[in-house]
Amino acid sequence: MPVPLGAGVQWGRTGEAMRKVSDMTATPAETTTVTPAEQTADKASAPGDAWTGFRGGLWRDTVDVRDFVQANYTPYEGDGSFLAGPTERTTEVWNKLLAMFPAEIEHGVHDVDVSTPSRIDAFAPGYVDRDLDLVVGLQTDAPLKRAIMPNGGWRMVESALRAYGYEPDPAVREIYTKLRKTHNDGVFDAYTSEIRACRSSGIITGLPDAYGRGRIIGDYRRVALYGVDRLIAAKEAVKVSLDAQWPTEQVIKEREETREQIRALEELRAMALSYGHDISGPARTGHEAVQWLYFAYLAAVKEQNGAAMSIGRIDAFLDIYLQRDIDRGLLTESRAQELIDDFVIKLRIVRFLRTPEYNELYSGDPTWVTWSMAGVGEDGRPLVTRTTFRALHTLYNLGPAPEPNLTVFWSPRLPEPFKKYAAQVAVDTSALQFESDELMRPKYGDDTAIACCVSAMATGRQMQFFGARVNVAKALLYAINGGRDEISGKTVVEGFEPITDEYLDYDTVLAAYGAMLDWLAKTYVHALNVIHYMHDKYAYERLEMALHDREILRTMACGIAGLSVAADSLSAVRHARVKVIRDDTGLAVDYVVEGDYPAYGNNDDRADDLARWIVHEFMEKLRRHPTYRDAVHTQSVLTITSNVVYGKKTGNTPDGRRAGTPFAPGANPMNGRDEHGYVASALSVAKISYDDAEDGISLTNTITPEALGRTSEDRIANLSGVLDGFTDAGGFHMNVNVLDRATLEDAMEHPEKYPQLTIRVSGYAVNFIRLTREQQLDVINRTFHGTL
Amino acid sequence: MTSFPPPAPDTPAPAGPPSRGPTAPVTPAAAVGRRPAVGSVHSWDLSTGVDGPGTRFVTFLSGCPLSCLYCHNPDTWRMRDGKRTTADEIVAEARKYARFIATAGGGATISGGEPLLQPVFTGELLHRFKHELGLHTALDTSGFLGARATDALLRDTDLVLLDIKSWNQATYRKVTGRPLHPTLDFARRLAVLGKEVHVRFVLVPGLTDEAANVEGVAAFAAGLGNVTRVDVLPFHKLGESKWNALGRPFLLHDTPSPTPEQIARARAVFTGHGLYAV
Repeated sequence: MPVPLGAGVQWGRTGEAMRKVSDMTATPAETTTVTPAEQTADKASAPGDAWTGFRGGLWRDTVDVRDFVQANYTPYEGDGSFLAGPTERTTEVWNKLLAMFPAEIEHGVHDVDVSTPSRIDAFAPGYVDRDLDLVVGLQTDAPLKRAIMPNGGWRMVESALRAYGYEPDPAVREIYTKLRKTHNDGVFDAYTSEIRACRSSGIITGLPDAYGRGRIIGDYRRVALYGVDRLIAAKEAVKVSLDAQWPTEQVIKEREETREQIRALEELRAMALSYGHDISGPARTGHEAVQWLYFAYLAAVKEQNGAAMSIGRIDAFLDIYLQRDIDRGLLTESRAQELIDDFVIKLRIVRFLRTPEYNELYSGDPTWVTWSMAGVGEDGRPLVTRTTFRALHTLYNLGPAPEPNLTVFWSPRLPEPFKKYAAQVAVDTSALQFESDELMRPKYGDDTAIACCVSAMATGRQMQFFGARVNVAKALLYAINGGRDEISGKTVVEGFEPITDEYLDYDTVLAAYGAMLDWLAKTYVHALNVIHYMHDKYAYERLEMALHDREILRTMACGIAGLSVAADSLSAVRHARVKVIRDDTGLAVDYVVEGDYPAYGNNDDRADDLARWIVHEFMEKLRRHPTYRDAVHTQSVLTITSNVVYGKKTGNTPDGRRAGTPFAPGANPMNGRDEHGYVASALSVAKISYDDAEDGISLTNTITPEALGRTSEDRIANLSGVLDGFTDAGGFHMNVNVLDRATLEDAMEHPEKYPQLTIRVSGYAVNFIRLTREQQLDVINRTFHGTL
Repeated sequence: MTSFPPPAPDTPAPAGPPSRGPTAPVTPAAAVGRRPAVGSVHSWDLSTGVDGPGTRFVTFLSGCPLSCLYCHNPDTWRMRDGKRTTADEIVAEARKYARFIATAGGGATISGGEPLLQPVFTGELLHRFKHELGLHTALDTSGFLGARATDALLRDTDLVLLDIKSWNQATYRKVTGRPLHPTLDFARRLAVLGKEVHVRFVLVPGLTDEAANVEGVAAFAAGLGNVTRVDVLPFHKLGESKWNALGRPFLLHDTPSPTPEQIARARAVFTGHGLYAV
């Protein structure tokens, strides 16, 4: 059994489960105890003047970055007038990369090293420009060159290589097909036939059973603050305590994982040394802090092709270092901005080798380098610093881009000048997402970061087992058809009777749906347990977990897609009359809606309550099934861009939607059915309880500029107000696109004119011209909240 | 709050009127003996930044005495096309947004159609929005029926969005089919009352953009002293499909939208008179 969590922390199975994650800081884990080993380490790499001028004490003795940040950061309540533009150097480096992107988009990849399975210390040092790079380090020895990471699965690597015209290296294939088992192999050894059937019918899709699960955020700041040696010493202390325990399976597993973590830290140190940096000790300057932190992140993306490789809550941390250098007269604003710009350039060119099918599901080659920023601390001080502004300012200095996925933790209590600046950036670039600091802070504390799109976790103290999502709209069709797939006609679920009524009866449908969701929840958690057992076994995130405490909270992050279709279908059955059309085998293949029904997305409880009910009900059902490593069940209402693929795999639905039509993204109301503007639409979404969806609820709004106001000042003030109102109403996440349809249509026709056109899709941003035509049309056909 | 599982199908929709606040005074409709107040309503909507400041609950009433050539809501012209709706229903809907609007900044706007074609209903809504929901209130009107607005109605109105479509009387009649002077009379009355006004002026190339015409509106607006903002609205044809759907000829089909330069020039005329124009 896992080590129990800190004393006094109750881990119930209710929506309150997360309430006290932040309290874990109050209970020192073993990494927060000074051991003889650590004291030795301190002497070996004494911080010396690296910590000069820093305040506070707890963080000196224990690995506790949050404590360091709180004791040392300087809140900034001013506006953006201090910001500096790009230097010539910055522009030169970025232009060099910009010139490489068109060919990359055309061929799918720029280059691949087919012979070197990636690891932290694989590859010779690489540079964009050796003379110009301020922050150094690339995943391989050349920019945009992708590496293979076969631990997740060899088939994925091989099909990706072939798709882009590369021949796999026979020697590497030999290793990963004969000598070394992969995560993917392991999972399929333990899957049931039922799970396989669910995968192919599409009722459960996107499972990380053939690729890296991601959504784990190493606390990369630790490397900058403490240096690698100190972190190794802390992990050695863990090992010592584990050695003293009787070797149950759990203890043995932890010992092995700890040893792997130490090995990864050693490789990180070696990798940095190859670039001429000794990171065994703490960073001494702002430049070093950025560089050390980036090396740690780089090690993670050299080791793992995770679905989302997010970088964490780093703005206030980096600001402490930059501000200290500015105060000492060592750094100008221009140079501080230049460091952040160069860092962001590096984050923009993180690349993974993935198959075209994967890109079809997630579109636009996303890496989810999510950078969480701003918010308000538990003591009420805003966690906004000058570096928060600098990070947003990169979108002007370098132009818009989808990565890093800049995520603003919003609170009505943020300083007004910052709110205005963030709103301005959103209006100008459509590259920001906003998430409710007021919902996250009480559950996870004020050192929370977002992994991927909407998954909140206490940095370094919490990780998740990513579970993709199930299709709750298709599940409703399965309920009606007694487990037969409405497209193939095959029986996917055994033991259910179809509904045979000519007109659907609400109570009958609700009962059948509940039973089908029971089955789905059970099958889903079953699959996830298998996946994460195997991922830990064959593709363990050594470096990312090395940058976590020993005692961590794990969540089993389930998810649902098709919420608005399912809710509207139930509303149609209840408030209108729905006639079933069956084929000659008795399979319900179409529905005729007679009369009107209230649709989700109009702030009408009659429909919105049904959406709330589905989310609540499915969450309750998930919680009934024990999880691998006792992970706490959570769920998201998020589709990424797979709403297109899910829609394709779902037949006609009782809400009148036609077969194959894309779902609305995330928790969005169905396209065109939200008739009273984006505020009404957003308030419908805000009704879904975060307690029922602690892995996040995603809303994507596309608003024409005119629908926010007639002047730039009006738009900024109005968007800021809308975000305040949405947060106050309990809304969790909002993507904001401010653009008009004509721009997107023009970009489809003339992509060369829009190399950096960025739009938010569902929890992240994409480069519009990298989307498939089908996805582009989906975006264009979505509701544009405009004005007449 | 939701009840789980969802209530049985026969539960009535939650559309009932909420209780009136204990401090609610006699309302305009009650004063003229019409209870409950009923109006002809086209639709309601939440909008931001286009129907007055901030995010607003906008009620579009049906019926308009004008028939502007460029109207983008010709589907609101006839009162009989609207849905008979009680003020209670509208207020209940708006109540759902009162907190959001208070947080985000904004208010409630009565638009149309021409709200003053239904002055009692409009007055009732403005009164209840202001006193029951505590919202900033705006009246979006052409001013043609300004004489129908009682002083009490205007007391319940924080802001008037006054559409002065033209200074040249012939042009005004050409655009609207009606005379200009009632609008000017109303504007002067609002000035005397010290009521805040945002003037709207739709710039239609070849129709309202003549220099003297723009100059006339600007000079008049500047002379009033209560105009805090002028919105120069570029003509657009996004409403053309509505004309087609109604089977009415859209006479401005070939009229172009003004160029950015034309808009800037018109704006500069207003700014030149010391007005804040956008």
